[in-house]
Amino acid sequence: MSELRHISRREFLKRTGQAGGGLVLALSFTAGCGPKEQVPTTGGAEAVAPNVYVNIRRDGVVEIYCHRSEMGQGIRTSLPQVIADELEADWDKIELIQALGDEKYGDQNTDGSTSIRNQFDLLRNAGATAREMLIAAAAASWDVPAGECVARDHAVHHEGSGKSAAYGELVDTAAEMEAPTEAAFKSRENYRYIGKAMDTIDGLDITTGKAIYGIDTVMPDMLYASIERCPAFGGTVVSVDDAAARAVPGVVDVVRLPDPTSPLLFNLLGGVAVLAENTWAAMQGRAALEIEWDRGANGAHESGAYKEQLLKAAAAPGNAVLTRGDVDAALEAADAVHEAIYYAPYLSQAPMEPPAAIARITEDGGCEAWSCTQNPQAVQETVAGTLGIDKKQVRAHVTLLGGGFGRKSKPDFVAEAAWLARESGRPIKVTWTREDDIRHGYFHSVSAQYLKAGLDAEGNATSWLQRSCFPSITSTFNPAATGPSSFELDLGFVDNPYDIPNMRLEACDIKAHLRIGWLRSVCNVFHAFAVCGFVDELAYLAGEDPKDHLLKLLGDPRQIDPAADGAEYSNYGHPLDKHPIDTARFAAVVEKVADMAGWGRGLPDGHGLGIAVHRSFLSIVGAVAEVSVGDDGKLVVHEIWTAIDAGTTINPDRVKSQMEGAATFGMSIALHGEITARDGAVVEGNYDTYPVVRMSEAPQAIHAHIMESTAPPGGVGEPGVPPVAPAIVNAYYAATGNRVRELPLRKAGLT
Amino acid sequence: MAIEFSLNGKPVSLDVDADMPLLWALRDIAGLTGTKFGCGKALCGACNVHLDGQVMRSCVVPVSVAAGRNVTTIEGLAEDGSHPVQIAWRELNVAQCGYCQPGQIMSAVALLERNPNPSDADIDAAMSGNICRCGTYTRIREAIHKVAEGQS
Repeated sequence: MSELRHISRREFLKRTGQAGGGLVLALSFTAGCGPKEQVPTTGGAEAVAPNVYVNIRRDGVVEIYCHRSEMGQGIRTSLPQVIADELEADWDKIELIQALGDEKYGDQNTDGSTSIRNQFDLLRNAGATAREMLIAAAAASWDVPAGECVARDHAVHHEGSGKSAAYGELVDTAAEMEAPTEAAFKSRENYRYIGKAMDTIDGLDITTGKAIYGIDTVMPDMLYASIERCPAFGGTVVSVDDAAARAVPGVVDVVRLPDPTSPLLFNLLGGVAVLAENTWAAMQGRAALEIEWDRGANGAHESGAYKEQLLKAAAAPGNAVLTRGDVDAALEAADAVHEAIYYAPYLSQAPMEPPAAIARITEDGGCEAWSCTQNPQAVQETVAGTLGIDKKQVRAHVTLLGGGFGRKSKPDFVAEAAWLARESGRPIKVTWTREDDIRHGYFHSVSAQYLKAGLDAEGNATSWLQRSCFPSITSTFNPAATGPSSFELDLGFVDNPYDIPNMRLEACDIKAHLRIGWLRSVCNVFHAFAVCGFVDELAYLAGEDPKDHLLKLLGDPRQIDPAADGAEYSNYGHPLDKHPIDTARFAAVVEKVADMAGWGRGLPDGHGLGIAVHRSFLSIVGAVAEVSVGDDGKLVVHEIWTAIDAGTTINPDRVKSQMEGAATFGMSIALHGEITARDGAVVEGNYDTYPVVRMSEAPQAIHAHIMESTAPPGGVGEPGVPPVAPAIVNAYYAATGNRVRELPLRKAGLT
Repeated sequence: MAIEFSLNGKPVSLDVDADMPLLWALRDIAGLTGTKFGCGKALCGACNVHLDGQVMRSCVVPVSVAAGRNVTTIEGLAEDGSHPVQIAWRELNVAQCGYCQPGQIMSAVALLERNPNPSDADIDAAMSGNICRCGTYTRIREAIHKVAEGQS
């Protein structure tokens, strides 16, 4: 991007075509410089676009539009793998183009581990219909039946005549034809790329520093913004003294943002912005601001007192959302009763790249924005709402994301850049500091989980009562929300797979006082922590090996339907017959991961193995951790083994890397992560007070196995996270006999 | 005032506040965005560059410290990505989101220059200042060993 800084505004306009009314963007200046972006095609027979995802050029290059955001999960590699496979395209003749936000692509919200599990058929269809169009074009030009032609190696061939035509040669004919909307998919044994460990498509750019993230985009005349926001969520500015800020060299202006509205959604959070000629000056100016705040309705929020409220709420009866058998009678009749409360704190996603965006107001009053967003259509809607324009007037470019983990599905930071761009009349780059990110995020819910089991004389669980209490994500969209919503209870709560005849699951109300949002695997984090931990407790109460007990509790092979016990259950948007909650698949994963870890082997003194299994986003993951406590009293996680049943997978290396990453992310949750609040403000601010796992703590090895499967694809990015923390906690119990029911372990002095 | 130093082997003169951290001088003034902002407090290593061959956290080093010295950023390591560390990173597909990797690579290069055959403990000690939120640590270890063994 260095060239960009040195071109004049006039040259910029000329090169981007803006002078002529066209629109291109900063990123396409330097070829190979980060994600190549969408450029308007010229039409005619220079190229033919059978659908919105594929454009075949006369020179034979197949352009594939990646409409999903890349944040490390590998979608910019696996998406073209699927399309190119069906298209019978050569991998080295593909050009990947990052699509703008546009509803023509369908769902672009790269969240919920949905890219492959929801769009595998859509992507296959994009490739297959393009392939059939090219076959039809070749057949027409040779005057032979299409059924006699095959596509292979970036060309169409006619076996009888021996004729062949490269894809680029078919553009003219294909351009005259109607593209099919549906086509048959290839059979599995003919896959060329699906199921192959293709190298990461952005590997060269990443290792040479050329990859472009949200924070890296620059424009001529741009100002840099740093924003001071109210310490308490929803608070407002009373007064500002900006004299000292304006005196900082490089500071151009100080602008007060509008107060936050309710419901906040992804809209402006308010505060005071310092606009400057560079980031440092903006930060210096911001530090010199004197602001008096009204901390507002959440100004008294204190996480210690809130914890007591959560524990109290979870200890009292809630709203039953699933009822099987008669829990009360079973508890009454039980030989023994065991109860426990699990508590897990607020978390911050803390992606390495903090939220960052650049926006400019276009000549026609629209807005053009570049951002590290997981959801460019939400950028369109939010920016349009902020500026009072139509969403079609918002061009939302997607850069690479330096991590997302759910934070970047909320485009509040893009709205800030857009609003400031209009206010200042210049392009604006907003860069959040790490403290901004950790203090003003959309936090993962703090949670209390109450569990109670009745046991028979042999120690078998005959009843299970669980209450889930946490401030709901819904509160961000509806401040009146008072407790967990159905979609959150779907995440590892009502889909309980255990074969216990009497079960009642209850949701308990509590009001939110921070902005609540998604974090990688969402409510599955605390539900799995509690359920997998409590299941482990029951094993020891029964005097059984935890793995054997886990298999016993999963019961006979069967398919679970939470609706049969009165639960509203959406199964991640898919029918249960296509994506069943299948205990046989759970058991297979448990057996596999136990085998990988050498479950039952002799361990060094002081070591323990812990096991956990959890289904989320339609995939089942089992995890085993081996831990010990060192002489210094610190927990050491020696090794982690994971097995995932994600149905059909696209790129095994990227699936494994997601499992490795999820194990590390889960370790950070187990060991370190905790956000607290005082006087409405988040106390933690950077990686010193909000630590995450570092190399020195990383296990010697993280093993990942992908279960062979022909089932429809499940999610991959998130499902690896939930079983990790309970596997570690269970291993810690096996090693020491100490049961931990509260995260993070840091608070128990173990890190 | 103008601060003069060698940036990736070429002389540069940057007209900046002497207190501006080298990170922002590189990114906003020199236009080299490969060096990343992660924490601003020398906690994460995303901003690591080499100053006269030593790893330096550019987010807390004033640009004036670089005056008259040699600064190497990820862009100056090997523009075509041919440095053995860069090659090993690609061969093992180390990167996930990739954001921290320029800093990781700069740390790894410096480690291997002073210790061509590091143990796991050496790697942990040298690399623990670099946070990767995606969790690529085990592959980073493997990649460093691969370079040490001359396999890339």
